[in-house]
Amino acid sequence: MSYTIIGNSAAAIGAVEAIRSQDDTGEIVIVSREKYRAYSRPLITYLLAGHVDESRMYYRDEDFYERKGVRTILGREVCELDVPEQRLVLDDGSKLDFEKLLIATGGSAIMPQVDGSQLNGVFTLMGWDDARAVQEYLETYSVSRVVVIGGGLIGLKAAEAFDELGLEVTVIELMDRIMSANFDQKASEIVQRRLAQKGIALVTGNTVERILQYKNRIGGVVLKDHRRIECQMVVFGIGVRPNISLVENTPIQTAKGILVDEHMQTAVENIYAAGDVVEVRDILLNKMRPIAIWPNAYKQGWVAGCNMAGGCKAYPGSFAMNSIQLFDVPTISVGILEAEENGLEVLKHFDRKRDAYKKVVLRDGVIVGAILVRDIDRAGIYTGLIRDQMDVSSFRDVLLSEDFGLISLPKEYRKHLVEGEGVYL
Amino acid sequence: MKRIYIHEEYCIGCRLCEIHCLVRHSESKKIVKAFKEEFPRAMAMLVVEERGYLSFALQCRHCEEAPCVEACITGAMQRDEETNAVLCDEDKCVGCWMCIMVCPFGVIKRDLEVKKVASKCDLCLGEEVPVCVRNCPNEAITFEERAVA
Repeated sequence: MSYTIIGNSAAAIGAVEAIRSQDDTGEIVIVSREKYRAYSRPLITYLLAGHVDESRMYYRDEDFYERKGVRTILGREVCELDVPEQRLVLDDGSKLDFEKLLIATGGSAIMPQVDGSQLNGVFTLMGWDDARAVQEYLETYSVSRVVVIGGGLIGLKAAEAFDELGLEVTVIELMDRIMSANFDQKASEIVQRRLAQKGIALVTGNTVERILQYKNRIGGVVLKDHRRIECQMVVFGIGVRPNISLVENTPIQTAKGILVDEHMQTAVENIYAAGDVVEVRDILLNKMRPIAIWPNAYKQGWVAGCNMAGGCKAYPGSFAMNSIQLFDVPTISVGILEAEENGLEVLKHFDRKRDAYKKVVLRDGVIVGAILVRDIDRAGIYTGLIRDQMDVSSFRDVLLSEDFGLISLPKEYRKHLVEGEGVYL
Repeated sequence: MKRIYIHEEYCIGCRLCEIHCLVRHSESKKIVKAFKEEFPRAMAMLVVEERGYLSFALQCRHCEEAPCVEACITGAMQRDEETNAVLCDEDKCVGCWMCIMVCPFGVIKRDLEVKKVASKCDLCLGEEVPVCVRNCPNEAITFEERAVA
């Protein structure tokens, strides 16, 4: 059997590791647009800030591909997928036949077409090359002020890095608060207070309408309300969209992302897809949607790889989750947080002195969401209860207590948890 | 692989496992020095949970399909191919806490004092029996090879 993988990040590596756990000899080929060995995309803002050097960017050891018997074709983009012929056409015109294919092409940063967005000095931050371009720009030109558009995860991690580099940072957010997709109001407020302490300017309910040019360089931005902010660099961090152009005009079905069954197989037999490019079932919202996070990508790649190698694994679905540390404030948010609007039950605790916050959202006695700010330890116990859709009615009173742990769970569930498949008590 | 099994019915909450784990992961490996002279003090890589008469020690289960390995953004959390243990490479870890978000046992700790990295049971690699098990006076934790369910 031979396996071809388009993409070289979490999903691709998950697939390689799964395939090799079942098939020692089948040929594996990875084709990737980027020229790098698999690296950690989320680390690019750490790289910018100088917290990690380039040698620490890599996701697996240098000899990974060799050890796993993977042939890599890096720096080449697949520009055509011929489904009936089971053939890929690369950007240098070369052709690659495949037997089992995994599409793990990820997502791209959304770049809105505002006036001036094509100027030199306007960036998105999605990959290593983007980080390098920003670094090069900062080394070449004198930049003291930067405008970051988007107060979500990418935007704020970028803002944090620029702040640490000593730049004056303004964040522009369309919604009325930061991290609106991941946080509830309270959590947003806590991190916004921290932003203010750090001297990061935040403009909410606004967006950039025009980027101004000044002597062939960036001079500033004009906001929707005509306010002008002076800056020498602009970074867009407003979101990602799945890279599905390759499968357009093929029988592979798509919505926002590629549609797959629970085995991560597309509508075409022998063609699988995984990672930020796909839609998966959100088991809390009970609908298909892209949930572009690293843990999902790896797991989906793993499931796809198992099935490509002849195994039978089902992807259990997922839900939104993220762990993000912003300006030294650790936060973990999981599942549904807009409880009040949805008439869901809420348990919460706010420690005013430490600006620490915990909230758990319940639906019919089952946890469907949790957010922890500062006190994040043991957060995974909540995530596990959400995943297992465990009725917590019998111990709901201790859910937010300081010593909440496995000991708080009913004995049978605790035993099941530690004795279940793959785990041990 | 041999794993640590928990028998909560025997645990008396003496916390010797915790003490010996801390010592094992200290600089000096000496019990008095580890507590009195090393600052910041080393961390125990296990959790002792206690409520009334019930108690048990809990350390990384070294899951077959480990959520922490799947979630780790840097590749620091990996399965050791030789021993099958799930280990965290503290040089690679940047402290993003994805592992803490997904570990259903809550046994990964933040080592904030020393390195701001994730800290977890390493099965005392190199030792025949992990020190927590060896020092448990009444076999409330045991180190055994059992068939995978």
